[in-house]
Amino acid sequence: MFKKLILGAAAIVAAGSMQVTTASAEDSLYIPSLTYRTGPYAGNGTPFANGYADYFNMLNARDGGIGGVKIVVEECETGYNSQKGVECYESTKGKGPLAYSPLSTGITLQLIPKAAVDKIPVFSMGYGLSAAAVGESFPWIFNYPTTYWSQLSAILKYIDSKEGIKGKKIGFIYLDAGYGKEPIPLLDKLSESMGFTVAKFPVAGKEMQNQASHWLNVRKERPDWMIMWGWGAMNSTAIKEAVKIRFPLDHFIGNWWSGGDADLGPVGKAGKGYLAANFSGLGTDFPAVQDIIKHVVDAGNSLVKDKSEVGHVLYNRGMFNAVVLAEAIAAAQKATGKKVITGEDMRVGLESFDLSEARLKELGLEGFTAPIKASCKDHEGGGSIFIQQWNGSAWEKVTDSITPMTDVVRPLLEEAAKNYVADKPEWKTQTCS
Amino acid sequence: MELLYNIFIDPFVQMGAMPDFLLQVLWEGFVSGILYALLALGFVLIFKASGVFNFAQGIMVVFSALSLVSLYAAGVPAYIALALAILIMAALAVTIERVVLRHLVNQDDIILFMATIGLSYFLIGFGELIFGGEPKAMITEELGLPTGSTTFDIFDGILILQHIDIAAAVIAAILVAVLAIFFSKTRIGRGLRAVADDHQAALSVGISLNQIWAIVWFASGIVALATGIMWGAKSDVSFALQIVALKALPVLILGGFTSVPGAIVGGLIIGFGEKLFEVYWGGLLGGGVEGWFAYVIALIFLLFRPQGLFGEKIIERV
Repeated sequence: MFKKLILGAAAIVAAGSMQVTTASAEDSLYIPSLTYRTGPYAGNGTPFANGYADYFNMLNARDGGIGGVKIVVEECETGYNSQKGVECYESTKGKGPLAYSPLSTGITLQLIPKAAVDKIPVFSMGYGLSAAAVGESFPWIFNYPTTYWSQLSAILKYIDSKEGIKGKKIGFIYLDAGYGKEPIPLLDKLSESMGFTVAKFPVAGKEMQNQASHWLNVRKERPDWMIMWGWGAMNSTAIKEAVKIRFPLDHFIGNWWSGGDADLGPVGKAGKGYLAANFSGLGTDFPAVQDIIKHVVDAGNSLVKDKSEVGHVLYNRGMFNAVVLAEAIAAAQKATGKKVITGEDMRVGLESFDLSEARLKELGLEGFTAPIKASCKDHEGGGSIFIQQWNGSAWEKVTDSITPMTDVVRPLLEEAAKNYVADKPEWKTQTCS
Repeated sequence: MELLYNIFIDPFVQMGAMPDFLLQVLWEGFVSGILYALLALGFVLIFKASGVFNFAQGIMVVFSALSLVSLYAAGVPAYIALALAILIMAALAVTIERVVLRHLVNQDDIILFMATIGLSYFLIGFGELIFGGEPKAMITEELGLPTGSTTFDIFDGILILQHIDIAAAVIAAILVAVLAIFFSKTRIGRGLRAVADDHQAALSVGISLNQIWAIVWFASGIVALATGIMWGAKSDVSFALQIVALKALPVLILGGFTSVPGAIVGGLIIGFGEKLFEVYWGGLLGGGVEGWFAYVIALIFLLFRPQGLFGEKIIERV
């Protein structure tokens, strides 16, 4: 009897924790959401997934969807595991998805070869393969507002503007995975042209909460600035270790995945002064965010545990991911004259994507991000970043938009794209006029 | 020639040139070693009682620490939250014994091992359902644990000692001493050794296997809680902490799966060894080497003592 009771309870718990949405591409706009609400990176994955889902739900509640067609968002849990990510892709691709946003460079790299075959675009917003910014080589991949390479160039530009970068030593601490290694080729190239030296500190995934050695090496190397390409628990641990060796936090800059509220919350006041890049607005002072609160959060249809989570860095980032996809859907509907579109139509929408300042204002997101304009050639969109600083309890924007060094980065991206496709004779490219 | 210089000469030149930094490296190695020992201790306790590698030890660290900080976040005063977290670990131990272990008496070790894998996944899912996946801050100050640091001017340089690291060393030492006395000087401790040798034989002489298992899992839960508090203070309290538990593996290989002193000595050897190698030799291999170097140390020891430093030598006569 006791055994049956336990088994019954377990079954109820399991059933309750699964959210199954029956989706049909015939009468709706189907958007799969590859989430990680569980596992070691759930602290970052959860707010992103909430912001993503809440924006689409808000459009459904406020506007009746996009162009009068309801949006169906179906979550599939990846646990930030590339294999599970591919399983999620395979299990949802038959339902007529319009695009995938995996929130994982590892999963993105797996999906890039599949996108052209299945004719489903991948939108890896500010992550994934930097070279995918070259539209001719990667017709089905989009990574605006900027790539990792562009972001790194903007961070270096910021350092240069503060005290000059020539002759300085830059420490680069990174998650020793595809994501963390992605900007290293550019860092090495720019170190030569800009005249700085680099000290690299790789952190293995299983060591991300055990960084004493890495920071002993930082103390030994004495870099002038530290840049971090971290994720999950690696971020808070690194900042605590930096405090421990008394590294000046106003010379420590995280990339846009190393500057969330979940990263700095456990650090608290000790993290005051730490800097991070960002491209999505902070807080709730945007009409679009207020609409989410009104139509979704207050209506009890959000998965946020507390209303205060709305407006956090990664919540707003997830919301922005949804904004971009929603705008691309609208553009595709306009271009094709169809209400219910396909992945191929979506690619057209993403390629003609134009998020001007005027459009941002119409959307209730004035000042939320720099304008983005994609094209057949440019799948990066020419976005910008800004720098934010932790004041001990919250993030504050401390710079205006910083444009990447496009003149330096773009030729390198084109070279990298050429190298990527060079040994793939079946690779489908496109010609842009 | 340059390579030989970088391997055999340069690291020692660096040590001599910056002795304050060498002391810092040794201190960090000591603190890491103590924490690794604490992690390994949880595994050793259960292995001694059941001959099983407890795959769920990592998630027990997370579960106990999350219980503590979540209770505090719910408004429970810190010390009462600590007491309640201990009670939760006690309840978990009794539940595991009743629901899982009791039905597996005298089964093969691999069956028990598989049961701990199942238990681990259940606790991950159950924990995420209750506590959510967001990282939380450890309530270090609220528990009266010291924060801040003391700096010593030494050898024309500085040595920084974090107060929380000193506290971790003291707490770990006390915990180890108490457990060592409990399991070596008490009736339960002797029962534990009997159970480890043969379940059925222990039962036949009147030792309560169920009681011993519940006590050992509870002790292991307390060690998990102490580990969670210390590691949580260094980083944050999240499900990523379960990965840290893997650091116990090379310690166990080195120290032996059944020895409390082995866990301590093994932890310290790994702690000192990996820090020194990472800082002075790691650069030659691109850095980030301590993860696998711990296993290299363990394997070198295994070549000479396959049962580990303090492990029991098993002789089976045909």
